[in-house]
Amino acid sequence: MTVTVTTTINGDHEEFVCEADETLLDALRDHLGLTGSKEGCGTGDCGACSVMLDGRLVCACLVLAAEAEGRRVETIEGMAEGGELHPLQQKFLDAAALQCGICTPGFLVAAKALLERNPDPSETEVRYWLAGNLCRCTGYDKIVRAVLDTAAEMRSA
Amino acid sequence: MPDQSVLPRQFRVVGQRKRRPDGIDKVTGRARFGADMTAPGMLWGLVLRSPHPHARIRSIDTSKAEALPGVKAVVTGRDFEGGERDDVSINCMAGGKALYDGHAVAAVAATSKHAARAALKLIEVDYEVLPHVTDVDAAMQPDAPLLHEDMVTDGLQPPPDRPSNIAARHEIGHGDVETGFAEADEIVELSFKTEATHQGYIEPHACVASVSPDGSADLWVCTQGHFMVRNVCAAMLGLESSQLRVTASEIGGGFGGKTTVFIEPVALALSRKANRPVKMQMTRAEVFRATGPTASSSVDCRVGVTKDGRITAAQAELRYQGGAFAGAGADMGAMAIFTPYDIAHVKAVAWDVVTNRPKLAAYRAPGAPMAAFAAESTLDEAARRIGMDPLELRLKNAAREGTKAAYGPTFPRIGLTACLEAVRDSAHYKAPLGPNQGRGLACGFWFNFGGETCTTVNVNKDGTIGLSVGTPDIGGSRASMCAMAAEEFGVPYEKVRTVIADTASLGYNDVTDGSRVTFSSGLATIQASRQAIKRLCQRAAIMWGIDEEAVVWEDGHAKPASPNAGDFAPLSLAEIAAESANTGGPIAGHHEVNAEGAGVSFGVHLCDLEVDPETGFVKVLRYTAAQDAGKAVNPDYVEGQMQGGSAQGIGWALNEGYVYGEDGKLQNAGFLDYRIPVASDLPMIDAIIVEEPNPGHPYGVRGVGETSIAPPLAAVGNAIRAATGVRLTETPMAPPRILAALDAKVGDPDGRMTGQERDAPGKKARDGLPDDGLP
Repeated sequence: MTVTVTTTINGDHEEFVCEADETLLDALRDHLGLTGSKEGCGTGDCGACSVMLDGRLVCACLVLAAEAEGRRVETIEGMAEGGELHPLQQKFLDAAALQCGICTPGFLVAAKALLERNPDPSETEVRYWLAGNLCRCTGYDKIVRAVLDTAAEMRSA
Repeated sequence: MPDQSVLPRQFRVVGQRKRRPDGIDKVTGRARFGADMTAPGMLWGLVLRSPHPHARIRSIDTSKAEALPGVKAVVTGRDFEGGERDDVSINCMAGGKALYDGHAVAAVAATSKHAARAALKLIEVDYEVLPHVTDVDAAMQPDAPLLHEDMVTDGLQPPPDRPSNIAARHEIGHGDVETGFAEADEIVELSFKTEATHQGYIEPHACVASVSPDGSADLWVCTQGHFMVRNVCAAMLGLESSQLRVTASEIGGGFGGKTTVFIEPVALALSRKANRPVKMQMTRAEVFRATGPTASSSVDCRVGVTKDGRITAAQAELRYQGGAFAGAGADMGAMAIFTPYDIAHVKAVAWDVVTNRPKLAAYRAPGAPMAAFAAESTLDEAARRIGMDPLELRLKNAAREGTKAAYGPTFPRIGLTACLEAVRDSAHYKAPLGPNQGRGLACGFWFNFGGETCTTVNVNKDGTIGLSVGTPDIGGSRASMCAMAAEEFGVPYEKVRTVIADTASLGYNDVTDGSRVTFSSGLATIQASRQAIKRLCQRAAIMWGIDEEAVVWEDGHAKPASPNAGDFAPLSLAEIAAESANTGGPIAGHHEVNAEGAGVSFGVHLCDLEVDPETGFVKVLRYTAAQDAGKAVNPDYVEGQMQGGSAQGIGWALNEGYVYGEDGKLQNAGFLDYRIPVASDLPMIDAIIVEEPNPGHPYGVRGVGETSIAPPLAAVGNAIRAATGVRLTETPMAPPRILAALDAKVGDPDGRMTGQERDAPGKKARDGLPDDGLP
């Protein structure tokens, strides 16, 4: 059975047809060409598909595509404004907070959600907030530092 | 081997923390990884996997699946019989037997994922279930279920007269260990086991294959070595190398696990049969069940020391299982196990064993972490026995320039003592510890590799540089290549663009493994750049009408070598490039090499942790890793390798491990139950880069990718010993195991003996040391 979904993705009106049991992640990747959200597990354990749904951080692999009907989806592709990187994206680049980069979109989306909720997190708060995002390359050191440094810069901006 | 290293020099770009060129696409979601590619008319491919750990395949009926609407091709082992059927091929698609839970037995390609999933359920496989074995020690027993009726142990004299699960025996060493043990005042003997762990790269294997009716084929794939993929797939499918062009996508982690093929030949076979492009992507469960975990191990270790801290002898027996095919890497473990130390009498015997588990793939310093766990834990106990600081014991015995390693070579300049001294001089080493806290130290070693490498550098007409390398960039190597080319040409870092060329565009390159890329692709990049610079000088000579010998290259410009050569204003690279059409055409440099002189690598790790005596929960509090990089081309990414390897090793030590049930099935094939470290599990990881130049590289570079995973298992185990008084000898050192060891200690009137030691009468393990770890 297929369903037609009308939704807003990164501010743009989108309409797509999908199977009723398809995930939002599959819809983003396979139907809309938004492959920045990654599938690392498909079971909500790795966070590589982190997106915002009506302002709430979710794993797109655990949301049905049909659930996006009439809602607002924000993905990594919408994080930079035009050519201007979000401060987190810039800091991840400058501070070498990525190696292979497969987990990076999920970390950025999740970290942005954290800083919107808590502009002055402690290291422990950053570590626990990002505990749903797996990275196998970095040992998290440079990622956590990048988030803390970005928070400090955004507060003083 | 020529001494490549130049005198100490000032680098202009190398050594700086330059931004990685591929970073912008990775922070914006534009980077294209294995699963991010599509092709016109593409089908979806899926694999049917054996639910049994060991079963004879009597027959496979695919007729119902083939009849399902949308299904365009089904393949089984039969479809691969025309090509080479070696272990890799049989691992990709089973032949007469399924050898482990998750072994591929058939595959389908259909117009949608839905149809492909439905088709898998319609394939009927008639299995005759056979007895299985998944433990290394059990598999070595004479009555163990036999995986391969033709496997006769290699390396035994006389050769055995019957088959077994023991693929090979290896022995390395020098001196005479009994003589050495006779000189010892104390002998410590312990046995260890480590469970298999998975590389745990976040990106599952994925590819898009497209075979045309004329036999030419293209493959897009996340891999550590697209030339390897081409050669292996071409052999399996009966193609010529020139027919198959493989393009390496961005790779979402590999750690050794993407140095072989799994779904790639299957996708090609499906595409050939369906006459359409086929995309395949593993699920996470498939990654765990059917791709390379590391070996699990069982190691007996014996070390003799004098009272004043000299190691007189070291001996080990290493038993590794690497899944259903030969090649568990126990020989590498034996070669690595005592290599950090200068010991006159060493013997290490390695047994390479097969079991009903997925075929091992390389995992960062393959074979070394479990060996180091045994050796470094045993040494820690020896230090306690003689009342010596564990770091001092290591420093006293550390391998140095001129030390002959038991596996053969005599070391040139190496950095182990410098790493030990760096850790000794760190603030961490002197910091106080609280109750239930302990500090552990361990060393690690890896060989490093050079290998076949081929690189092309093109000077563009606008004065920028295009660099083509054949080694997939797994941890930031494009940044290093740009830096080394910029260093040679004397142009800004940003003027160089490095791409990973496809297999049709460059000569063969070995896979990205053995910590080899910054070393060997770097070496080839430097040499190719020097060749291009020579040509730039020739072109300048033409422009000036003087002899080419009278032109030198300095600071990105051609200059007359001396006033006698003539009075010419320096020509920039861009100026020469702009005139290239008039001076002989495009300007390029090329270098191909089978690189030697990779330069061995050592690291020293220091771990502080706290053990909750009520629950056995371990919290890592502080962690320092020191490692010799020779020359850190980009310190950010050298630190990243050290930190990432440390985190993986901590996971291996505390949490990670394959769990097999009595039924021979993997019980934890997902990130929920196979738990890799998350951000809240770890502290910051302090990385200390030591630079002892490698004489085999023009800049002194050593590989840095792998060594960092060798020390953590023992560093953690030694810290637990210091915190609790109990010696853990099995990984993962998870709370249930720690609690059991603590309970056993309480039940022991001596309060000092571990369960393992109690089980081995005569092996005295008393010591008078307080359990306060290091000073």
